Amino acid sequence: MAQTYHTTVGSRRYRFKGLAELMAKATPPRSGDRLAGVIAESAEERVVAQMVLAELPLTTFLNDVLIPYEKDEITRLIIDEHDAAAFAPLKHLTVGDFRNWLLSDHATSDVLAAARPGITPEMAAAVSKLMRNQDLMLVAKKCQVTTAFRNTIGLPGRLSTRLQPNHPTDDVTGIAASILDGLLYGSGDAVIGINPATDNVAQSIKLMRLMDDVIQKYEIPTQSCVLTHVTNTLEAIEQGAPVDLVFQSIGGTEATNRSFGFDLSTLAEAEAAAQTLDRGTVGRNVMYFETGQGSSLSADAHHGLDQQTCESRAYAVARKFNPLLVNTVVGFIGPEYLYDGKEITRAGLEDHFCGKLLGVPMGCDVCYTNHAEADQNDMDNLLTLLGVAGCSFVMGIPGSDDIMLNYQTTSFHDALYARRVLGLKAAPEFEQWLAKMQIFQDVSSYRLNDQLPAAFANSLRHLPKEAARDV
Amino acid sequence: MSDNESKESPPIVIANPWERLRAFTDARIGLGRAGISLPTHQLLAFQLAHAQAQDAVHCPLECDALASELTTALSLSQTPIHVHSHAADRAMYLQRPDYGRRLNDDSREKLQQAAESGQRFDLAVVIVDGLSALAVQQNSAPFLTALYRAFEHDQWEWQLAPLTIVEQGRVAIGDEVGALLNADAVLVMIGERPGLSSPDSLGLYMTWAPEVGLKDDRRNCISNVRPAGLKPEEAARRLLLLLVEARQRQLSGVQLKDRSEDNVLEGASGGSPQNFLVAD
Repeated sequence: MAQTYHTTVGSRRYRFKGLAELMAKATPPRSGDRLAGVIAESAEERVVAQMVLAELPLTTFLNDVLIPYEKDEITRLIIDEHDAAAFAPLKHLTVGDFRNWLLSDHATSDVLAAARPGITPEMAAAVSKLMRNQDLMLVAKKCQVTTAFRNTIGLPGRLSTRLQPNHPTDDVTGIAASILDGLLYGSGDAVIGINPATDNVAQSIKLMRLMDDVIQKYEIPTQSCVLTHVTNTLEAIEQGAPVDLVFQSIGGTEATNRSFGFDLSTLAEAEAAAQTLDRGTVGRNVMYFETGQGSSLSADAHHGLDQQTCESRAYAVARKFNPLLVNTVVGFIGPEYLYDGKEITRAGLEDHFCGKLLGVPMGCDVCYTNHAEADQNDMDNLLTLLGVAGCSFVMGIPGSDDIMLNYQTTSFHDALYARRVLGLKAAPEFEQWLAKMQIFQDVSSYRLNDQLPAAFANSLRHLPKEAARDV
Repeated sequence: MSDNESKESPPIVIANPWERLRAFTDARIGLGRAGISLPTHQLLAFQLAHAQAQDAVHCPLECDALASELTTALSLSQTPIHVHSHAADRAMYLQRPDYGRRLNDDSREKLQQAAESGQRFDLAVVIVDGLSALAVQQNSAPFLTALYRAFEHDQWEWQLAPLTIVEQGRVAIGDEVGALLNADAVLVMIGERPGLSSPDSLGLYMTWAPEVGLKDDRRNCISNVRPAGLKPEEAARRLLLLLVEARQRQLSGVQLKDRSEDNVLEGASGGSPQNFLVAD
């Protein structure tokens, strides 16, 4: 039986029926929770819920699970893999104490890393609801998560980028043109990753080969990924395709993932299959996951939880499979879930914090759609805040405009802005490559080469003679 | 500034030597840079496109004009049925996707009346404004003309339910329409969220055995139907493949996709499948 929580403020008595309702009502406001009908009914109720939540012992989350153990394999994953020894130093804390502990000088990077297996997604979500934006940034920066495949992602002082050369018809020349543009702006160390216009095995293999050819020819210390369904990538591996990273969108409930057409055993199979290819040179992290607040509600699979708690549970799925990259696609889902720039910003910082606290290599697709109340200025703000917080990677796309997915994300220019203004660098292996290829005249001062580097000048001579694009 | 000075001082804006690649894609490549930032004219071009896309979200569908255009273009014996979702207006539509997935009471009655005879149909085609009325307005007639032609040449006869036009609708509303019209399958043609370079993109969603409450894993999607994207004839060809497969196997969605869509897009760059970056 779910416990009821209550408190009195002035003459008013507040009751919260169960932990899920308390968590939801303690959440900073956003449209998705309003849509789900779980949002606090007043500003006062929200803060009261936060106060009640602050008094809860962290052990509550191990005993009062939000989605029943028998009904949800992600609850089982969280509970079964919880590490009591790692949790020991936190065991006596309330959620409010936990915030103080995270911010304290005791919680160094090493201490935080050691505590990870003892922290559940629900604990991370709960404490984030009490934290201001600056708290989320400060603690996230202390949480270092390093992964590797052909380069090393997540080192301190580094900000990597996914080069995203999407094209509405998967046109080879169009994709190659965007890849070239990105490389010459220093983008692509996290991954060169294409969302295919048509989601099938044959098309995916074609795109995998295209990227593999480029990576091999120019000896780029990076990895490729086609963002197709995990079962398609498994089939591509069987057919001998050059698969670096396996992609899947994941959510924080079993029902969400079933609506996406997979379960945990599918991901285990995929990780094992990609490992057998042994294509990494400096590391063996072979998975790329994407998440985003609102996906469980959108799939009607949220079990009455708020969207940020569902999102945090997705990181339990992610960390089980040792990903190279996890990307919260924060503004893509639209205004029904995150209404405007303010809500998108808050969600981006929460996701990055929760991911890093749980040990996930968190990056962020700093983005918005044209039906959201957001614009480029909101994205500049969030990009800068994430750079300050030590975000592992962001997207890079020509001129912020994804002409296939129809939304706006950070551009190649934007990533260079963030690197320059915050003194951040690309992954070390990739940085060396940028210097070697003369893409920058001076990597340390972020000065691009005004001339076309020799290796690429040669390639441009092989362009198709006529521009046959229908316009 | 004299000529002499301009020769000596480096340019403020650096053009990209690969700018001519823009002939091969709509992507915003080769924009050049001031330092590492966007040059002013590129910044403003972007702002204009964003303003236009935002306007496209809010522009209403002209249902009567579309209905008469389709009646003529497809030689329909009956004008399309005009219905409305539970979302009263755009503001409500944007905040309550659940309202956009269901018909309002009047519309439900209207469709019940239209289906009084109890006749079953092979397919109901449902046109929905979605997030871009512009996409629906521009692409419906060309696409449906191509689709009807494809049906005529198919081995099977296709009994079509009356055409429906839905205002303030989301993809799932097609399931309710299809069920009310006694259709074995439903095709939803919907305006996709407008992009900066493509405020006019139409999406196609097909569901076998439509009923209220189905999830996305039961649908198959073909995206980006527009003059500068997937052409109507090609979209119709691919949709028919899906429909035939759905009819044979009596299902749609994730289980259908592997077999029916294993075609490789060759793209639009003049039939050159060669990647210039790796040509020797």
